Amino acid sequence: MAGEGWRRLPLTKDHPLQRRVTFDNRLLPYLLLAPQVAVTLVFFIWPAANAIWQSVHLQDAFGIRSEFVWFENFTNVLGDPNYLDTLKVTVVFSLAVTVLAMGLALLLAVLADSKIKGARAYKTLLIWPYALAPAVAAVLWMFIFNPDIGSFGRALRALGYDWDYRLNGGQALTMVIMAASWKQVSYNFIFFLAGLQAIPRSVMEAASIDGAGPVRRFWTITFPLLSPTTFFLLVVDMVYAFFETFGTIHALTQGGPGKATETLIFRVYQDGVVNNDLGGSSAQSVILMVIVIALTAVQFRFVERKVHYS
Amino acid sequence: MLTRRKLALLTGAASASALLFAAALPGSALAQQKTVVDFWHGLPQPLGGQLEQIAKDFNDSQQAVQVNASYKGSYPETMQAAIAAFRAGNAPHIVQMFEVGTATMMAAGPAVKPVYQLMQETGASFDADAYIPAVKGYYSSKDGKMMALPFNSSSTIMFYNKDAFQKAGLDPNKPPATWPEMIEATKKLKASGSTCPFTTAWPVWAQFEQLGAIHNTPFASQANGFGGLNAELKIDAPLYVKHVQTLIDMQKDGLFKYGGRDNKPDALFPSGECAMIHASSGLRSRILKEATFAWGAAPLPYWPEFAKDGPKNSIIGGAAFWVMTSPKRTPAEYKAVSQFFTYLARPEVDAKWHMDTGYVPVTMKGFDLAKAQGYYEKNPGADVPAAQLTRTPTTENSMGLRLGNLPEIRNIIQEELEKAFQGQQDARQALDASIKRGNTVLRNFERANKG
Repeated sequence: MAGEGWRRLPLTKDHPLQRRVTFDNRLLPYLLLAPQVAVTLVFFIWPAANAIWQSVHLQDAFGIRSEFVWFENFTNVLGDPNYLDTLKVTVVFSLAVTVLAMGLALLLAVLADSKIKGARAYKTLLIWPYALAPAVAAVLWMFIFNPDIGSFGRALRALGYDWDYRLNGGQALTMVIMAASWKQVSYNFIFFLAGLQAIPRSVMEAASIDGAGPVRRFWTITFPLLSPTTFFLLVVDMVYAFFETFGTIHALTQGGPGKATETLIFRVYQDGVVNNDLGGSSAQSVILMVIVIALTAVQFRFVERKVHYS
Repeated sequence: MLTRRKLALLTGAASASALLFAAALPGSALAQQKTVVDFWHGLPQPLGGQLEQIAKDFNDSQQAVQVNASYKGSYPETMQAAIAAFRAGNAPHIVQMFEVGTATMMAAGPAVKPVYQLMQETGASFDADAYIPAVKGYYSSKDGKMMALPFNSSSTIMFYNKDAFQKAGLDPNKPPATWPEMIEATKKLKASGSTCPFTTAWPVWAQFEQLGAIHNTPFASQANGFGGLNAELKIDAPLYVKHVQTLIDMQKDGLFKYGGRDNKPDALFPSGECAMIHASSGLRSRILKEATFAWGAAPLPYWPEFAKDGPKNSIIGGAAFWVMTSPKRTPAEYKAVSQFFTYLARPEVDAKWHMDTGYVPVTMKGFDLAKAQGYYEKNPGADVPAAQLTRTPTTENSMGLRLGNLPEIRNIIQEELEKAFQGQQDARQALDASIKRGNTVLRNFERANKG
């Protein structure tokens, strides 16, 4: 097809490694971009714009009466001491989930990458949890940890430990953190494993010959060479912890006891869907959007500098 | 790329499907003569199936109307679906709405067609007084006009484990009638080895809303919100403080167990773990199916010091059917809805639903019919909820609640209770915090719906 509507520029001094494509027809590139732009407009820009519009209005549930209230929804949300508590819970929850999910996945990936019997079986089993819907995973966790019907929960109580996440905020938070990270470990595991397999054996062998032990090899070779994967997973896991853990929390604790496991995204749902407060809920979505944009920007600006792309 | 060949294929497919449509026409032509009514409900199986069966019975009983009942998820999900559909100009004809959504629906103005008005306009006979007063009151406007069609109503009652009572040396045929008796019983149950003498499902519905009604004490000002949108929570009255502090103390002493929010604690009774539970009368069918011990049903206990002239009627829970408007609605469709409603209001339909499901009868005639059929002799205790609902004339405080965003207020109270049960605050602080947060919710609702 080359030469039909577009051609490659020859490699130049300015762009020694980049191939640039130019089009003869001025409309064609826009046409080719159109589907992607349409998807972005319909599924991102339009809902986001809607959220922003809603966030400066006060509406009844049916949308019959609507009043422009400037930034009142924002001041209400930010002035609510419970919202700041929820923010704290979210920070603790997200950090814990990210660290736990990445740490465990890296450990498992390194172990599964070594020469062991049945490595394939281990790998398959470790990837399994990812195929589970979050709500289903949460129900499984409930069957394990419920103090009345859960096997482990009952065992804990039988041993005399007062396990009851319905009334103990710390236990509830620990449980949702574990459930949420467990879900993400598989995903991280796949990427870490692929990253590990991409590290040239020759480098490792050379290091071994030079007398570097496994721990030293890991920290001086594996870890730096894995950093693009690690960085990618850091961004993905943070976003996961912020946005996608709703199902887990909803099925396990519904944000309780008190507000011990209520994260920002759970509250957006609670206020918007259950409480019919579209303005307040949209204001929170906008705040959440700003937080995640800022977080990702910071990660790209500062963390990515330390990333080695081979 | 669209080649001539592909074009030909597409055209072929299109004409084939047109043919299929034509083939299906003779059947659908019949259906098209019927007026179709969309009916969204929020009852999971097996109740949902039983409700759909009623719609089917109605469809079979006449030729003009076809009611399509479909499940839209839990009550809150059904509410959301209906709201979203209305916003898109596509609301169903009928939607089942849980009782705590009543104030939201009443404030919805043009989105809803009040049932009394529907029946009037379509010339259907409809007697609002046929309904049990506690049911009628809950769904009536300030001036006593029926806004929704009551259907599946329940109330909160007590279920108790007779075997556990026996073991603890309590009379299995004399359940505690008052709270002091209740506390005594829990102590004996605990002494006999019970790890959970008493729990409550629906902590707010059972221990606040019903408590207020039974003791003729307001839950909120403005006659529990019936008087206007400017109601404020009144749950710092001595009754509530005493009651919540009692629960906190009982929890500390192992006499009461907090089993979670809403209906989460339901499972604790049929499994035999808890000896007594305050729960929806609708729990009955599950207990029948699952319990492996002898059990009984009794009215909710009361505080003698706060109910000098005896306990009043309890209030209802459950759901009602609301008629929604849509720009495309025709008079014929409203007529069809009113026909369906007339069918649902029949005593025999009411009595059958009551006996099949464990919901209370919503009409006096339905109650009498179930009695006449000997249902309560065969099922001792099945009349407890209806008897409790009808035992006294309703007062301003036992009509029900008409508070905006009541689900949110219930959650707030549950959150504050959980903090209290964890020992982070006492009853007074929990109630004050609930009032403060709850009133904010009420003010927001008032503001959003004032116009």
